[in-house]
Amino acid sequence: MTAAVTDVDSSTQAADAAMGGGPRGSAATSARRMLGNRIGSAIALVIAVLWTVPTFGLFLSSLRPERQIKGTGWWTIFANPGLTLENYEQVLGGSSSTNLSQYFMNSLVICIPATLLPLALAIMAAYAFSVLEWRGRDVVFVGVFALQIVPLQMALIPLLRFFNDTGAGSVLLYLPLWIAHTIFALPLAIFLLHNFMSEVPRDLVEAARIDGAGHVAVFFRIMLPLMMPAIASFAIFQFLWVWNDLLVGLTFSGGQRLIQPLTAALAALTGDRGQDWHLLTAGAFVSIVIPLVVFFSLQRYFVRGLLAGSVKG
Amino acid sequence: MGFLLNTRVGQLIVAVVLFAAVVAALLLIAKAADGVRERVRRPAMVAIFAGPALLLLALGLIYPFFRTVWMSFMDARSQSYVGFANYVDALTVPSNLIGFRNTFLWVILTPLLSTGIGLVYAVLIDKSRFEKVAKAMLFLPMAISFVGAGIIWKFVYEYKGAGQQQIGALNAVIDALGLEPVRFLQDAPANTIFLILVLVWIEAGFAMVILSASIKAVPEDIIEAARLDGASPWQLFWRITIPSIRPSLVVVLTTISIATLKIFDITRTMTGAKFDTQVLANLMYDQSFTFGNNGLGSAMAVFIFLLVVPLVIFNIRQMAKNREVRG
Repeated sequence: MTAAVTDVDSSTQAADAAMGGGPRGSAATSARRMLGNRIGSAIALVIAVLWTVPTFGLFLSSLRPERQIKGTGWWTIFANPGLTLENYEQVLGGSSSTNLSQYFMNSLVICIPATLLPLALAIMAAYAFSVLEWRGRDVVFVGVFALQIVPLQMALIPLLRFFNDTGAGSVLLYLPLWIAHTIFALPLAIFLLHNFMSEVPRDLVEAARIDGAGHVAVFFRIMLPLMMPAIASFAIFQFLWVWNDLLVGLTFSGGQRLIQPLTAALAALTGDRGQDWHLLTAGAFVSIVIPLVVFFSLQRYFVRGLLAGSVKG
Repeated sequence: MGFLLNTRVGQLIVAVVLFAAVVAALLLIAKAADGVRERVRRPAMVAIFAGPALLLLALGLIYPFFRTVWMSFMDARSQSYVGFANYVDALTVPSNLIGFRNTFLWVILTPLLSTGIGLVYAVLIDKSRFEKVAKAMLFLPMAISFVGAGIIWKFVYEYKGAGQQQIGALNAVIDALGLEPVRFLQDAPANTIFLILVLVWIEAGFAMVILSASIKAVPEDIIEAARLDGASPWQLFWRITIPSIRPSLVVVLTTISIATLKIFDITRTMTGAKFDTQVLANLMYDQSFTFGNNGLGSAMAVFIFLLVVPLVIFNIRQMAKNREVRG
């Protein structure tokens, strides 16, 4: 912004302040004025409440004894006091039919390789598409990008058949899940990481090459450190995506309870025991807690990734 | 050895070690290849860096794509050619048609409602003292799985017969107002709307974050100039803010539409696709994996693909245009 504009800005701001006007006029503040500050705040408050109270109600309910959950609303907690960890004991350590802890472990065992694998492969591919120069590079890159169009549903049956025919999951049970998640993550991951990598100044790479650095050295010493924020963003996205996924988990676990992720177990529990709210509330909260921790501790990267366009379907 | 193959953590360790070894081997080969002649080095580098990813994509997306199209013209067990019979089934059998009708409702309502709410909220909280907290509140459902959100809202919508104490928050409010409790998830066609609201609850945060960033990027001198010319706040909003953020609005709308076309978790968790709440993506799953009808299931997948394509192309063109505008 030029000095002149800043001057005008600050003088109108001073004028506003002198006249008791609101904060200076951005697009949003003027629109807010349109709605009137009071009414506007009330609407925002209503939305904020609607967006948080359901989750809060679930959490509070998960701490109430079974009989109270089934008989009274969670908002009557003061009239019907009594908090307990019983529900959590049951979903984390109870009898095998309601024990979700093994599925929790499954989700973790699925998520970690299903995040690392596509990440590593995509960073390497992005290097090939942005730093290396070869004939046909741009055409192949557009092809990879275009694969984002293909819905997961188009790939499920043939891929499942392929795994069954080759016996891919017979030794490493989770292998089909890891590979499937990796494949479905690659088009977007390569596209995003390529975009970030292309923004690294070419001079940096050229200078290192002239100094005799090979591609592996350039990759490790220049690209990786510069790419860290982008890598973190994508890693968080992929982890949350895999953790929250139901479709891939359901399909490639082949209905085997042994390797099903937590989401699949919860969906089944909702179907079988839809009125057992003491189990459902605690179970749902167990599945939500990891994403929430990741989300709150790494929100900055999450938002950055979102703004870069990492939305997958 | 038993520990490594027979326990979950063991499998995890084996996978990570195995994978790390493969990557290390590739990079070692690359390092060796760095020393050879240029003519050999170039293709070797491309093969090492891009090869694994391209191989997986060919195996896991490109081949399945054509195979699914082929299967959609075959019978349930993919043994004989049936022409367009599966597509005719999909478009004529009443239970399938309900899936199409509902998917249409989902794709129209979800993007409009979540973008509308996201926009209003972004405007209302912009530059307020609580902006950060307020954003996190709307944004929070984005971290929750569709299954988790399904359970949260199933609890909110919970119904007990009149006269009993309601444990679902919505029916409790209705009860307090002296009205009859509502069977939110059982009574069609309204139940589909209540399922859609769950996705709106998840996607509004996404719309809000993108639009908020876009609103903040509107140059203040334009607003200031219009204000000095005597434009009312209402005019400012419609004539300046909305046109300035239009590219982002379009991207948000199309992105949410694409995600909505593929949604199946919410329906599956909350109603099991019963009570006339079937959607396209769930039909695809049920036909393929519950009823073993690969032909019809594949045809459903092709329908999803055909509906997604125009949206994706539109979305990409819009994003390219946005990039040009930004310079």
